Amino acid sequence: MKKLLARLYLGLILLLLYAPLIFIAVSSFTESKVLGNWTGFSTKLYSNLFSGGMQGSGLMNAVYNTLIIALIAAFISTLLGTLAAIGIFHSRGRLKNATMFLNNIPMVNPDVITGVSLFLLFVFLGVSQGYVSVVLAHITFCTPYVVLNVLPKLHQMNAKTYEAALDLGATPGQALRKVLIPQLMPGMVTGFILAFTMSLDDFAVTFFTRGTVGLETLSTFIYTDARKGGLTPELRPLMTIIFIVVFVLLVVVNIRQERAAKKKASLK
Amino acid sequence: MNEDNSIISIDHISKWFGEKRVLDDISLNIKKGEFVTILGPSGCGKTTTLRIIAGFETPDEGNIYIGGELMNKVQPHKRPVNTVFQRYALFPHLNVYDNIAFGLKLQGVAKDEIEKRVLRVLKMVGMTDYEWRDVDSLSGGQQQRVAIARAIVNRPAVLLLDEPLSALDHKMRKDMQIELKQMHKQLGITFVYVTHDQEEALTLSDTVVVMNEGVVQQIGSPTDIYNEPVNCFVADFIGESNIFNGTMIADRKVRFMGHDFDCVDEGFGENVPVDVVVRPEDIYIMQRNDKGQFTGTVSGCIFKGVHYEMTVNTPEGQELMIQDYNAFAVGTEVSMIIKPNDIQVMKKERICNTLEGVMTDATHVEILGCDFECLPQAGIAPGDKVTVEVDFEKVDLTDDKRDGVCEGDITFILYKADHYHLTVRAENGENIYVDTQDVWEDRDIVGINIRPEDMRISAKKAENQA
Repeated sequence: MKKLLARLYLGLILLLLYAPLIFIAVSSFTESKVLGNWTGFSTKLYSNLFSGGMQGSGLMNAVYNTLIIALIAAFISTLLGTLAAIGIFHSRGRLKNATMFLNNIPMVNPDVITGVSLFLLFVFLGVSQGYVSVVLAHITFCTPYVVLNVLPKLHQMNAKTYEAALDLGATPGQALRKVLIPQLMPGMVTGFILAFTMSLDDFAVTFFTRGTVGLETLSTFIYTDARKGGLTPELRPLMTIIFIVVFVLLVVVNIRQERAAKKKASLK
Repeated sequence: MNEDNSIISIDHISKWFGEKRVLDDISLNIKKGEFVTILGPSGCGKTTTLRIIAGFETPDEGNIYIGGELMNKVQPHKRPVNTVFQRYALFPHLNVYDNIAFGLKLQGVAKDEIEKRVLRVLKMVGMTDYEWRDVDSLSGGQQQRVAIARAIVNRPAVLLLDEPLSALDHKMRKDMQIELKQMHKQLGITFVYVTHDQEEALTLSDTVVVMNEGVVQQIGSPTDIYNEPVNCFVADFIGESNIFNGTMIADRKVRFMGHDFDCVDEGFGENVPVDVVVRPEDIYIMQRNDKGQFTGTVSGCIFKGVHYEMTVNTPEGQELMIQDYNAFAVGTEVSMIIKPNDIQVMKKERICNTLEGVMTDATHVEILGCDFECLPQAGIAPGDKVTVEVDFEKVDLTDDKRDGVCEGDITFILYKADHYHLTVRAENGENIYVDTQDVWEDRDIVGINIRPEDMRISAKKAENQA
């Protein structure tokens, strides 16, 4: 009885969590302009999306911007975050604690505050508003996630392998590329995926830092679109696709982590 | 200082880690082709010395020369040395072949040459056919072999080995020792080997360097180190030994355990306190008769495989360890003989504690970083620097550190036939030496007390006037 109740509760929670997503996914397969009306199964919204029917609306442009920004931000954060993790790992005592603390703050800081303060900073520094400012802002909030994913890898590996590389004639740069990075790669990949999804997902920070040059990412496009009166129907298939992509990415991350844990356990 | 045949010269090197001095004026010459072992307990500075040779640490004072060239500021990857690390430090993302080829690839050696050399060293370490294996799938001994192969394939002038066998089991360690020795002969390069295992050091080396607390204690061949230790630390650390307080009566005459013995040492002077070492296998033991130099009663007898190890108590209250092929049952009355050649006499490093301190007021003196009560001293004013002498047996240790004026931890215990001689490190890092009958454990935290009347305080004149 207790077990049944527990299962019911879990089922209810999952249903509530996923209901909106399922609703969007289902309604992406009908032509109705009004969300919630079922006018028969159709893949017209999908074909509109891919056949260029959306040209001129700016939707595809926004998707394109989102992906480019996410890729650049994730790539640079991975580099920065990895180097930062190595630095934090090798620092000691108070300095280490202080850097870890500073690293964690951006993750818990409300996006609006991050967005507004970055906006003010960019204006103050005269950074060009648009692609550059948005990418910089995304790097800022993505890097800490990479740090958190690379640090455990540093703890796991034998720190002496770096010295061994130097000892065998590698310059510090070669030792980093040939010995350190390959061992940190699993953490870096997970960090990259997380940074990528964080960037895809962001609205508040982008909204404040994109400036007035008319740069639209998916999230700002949807926001503007919704205020103009009703969502463009083609957003439904797009959201469904994005959800599936992100879902797959997260499953990949989880499987990777589980495998790493298993490998670690089997070595013991 | 750079003799022609020396490949490594360590010249008065000191190293601090923060406040702690881990190397204290180390000097060492290593000859080309030699197998040198740096031996000492953990924390004695042996690994730091090796890391200074490899280039992972830089000396704070002094110079390091390799092949006659000053190396203080030369980066590790530019030094003609290769290291076998304690826990192997193999690259887990590379297979056996690529691990070994790592150094050669960096040097830009041609591909077929790399293959030839990798296969040759694999054969040498007995790992032929393992080249495509994942290093994680190898046993400890096999990983060790790969680590050695990875280092020697680069043909370094010097091979550094940092406790390479410590992670292996006893049998495997013995086999590897023999193989290392053969490899050393075959390669003809210099080996610098770091270990805390004295047996390993004696088995492998041409020269043993014994270190303790950042100081070189003795440098010599294994036989020298074993037969003629220069101080109690070396005698106690290398092999088993009976150590006594003795008195050099005259040349070739030493008194210990309440008896006079003939020995072969000269030049100590007359009636000088000395330390005497006798190895347990050098005491001849027999049924009680009148040919012996002294007598005793067997109080313990353990079979050790090749020999028996017996504990013998003398009527003078001393306890001896004796090794012999014949067993004497517990309770047997025995006589013993020690030959002059087997008595090793050593100058005492100190005969009492000599501590530097400052008078804080008329009846208090600060020594070991703590404020001790003392008797009022005529002619010494508060603030004066003083020297305080305390006899070893007058220092009191307490179980609870709060019962002592000062806190310390026991860093070294020496059994001297009828008492223990302890080295206690006080809070300020200074050592105080204690003679006691009580049994303490290494690393015990203790309180230190000294009675006021047991301190001999004298002013440090030269500095007072300055």
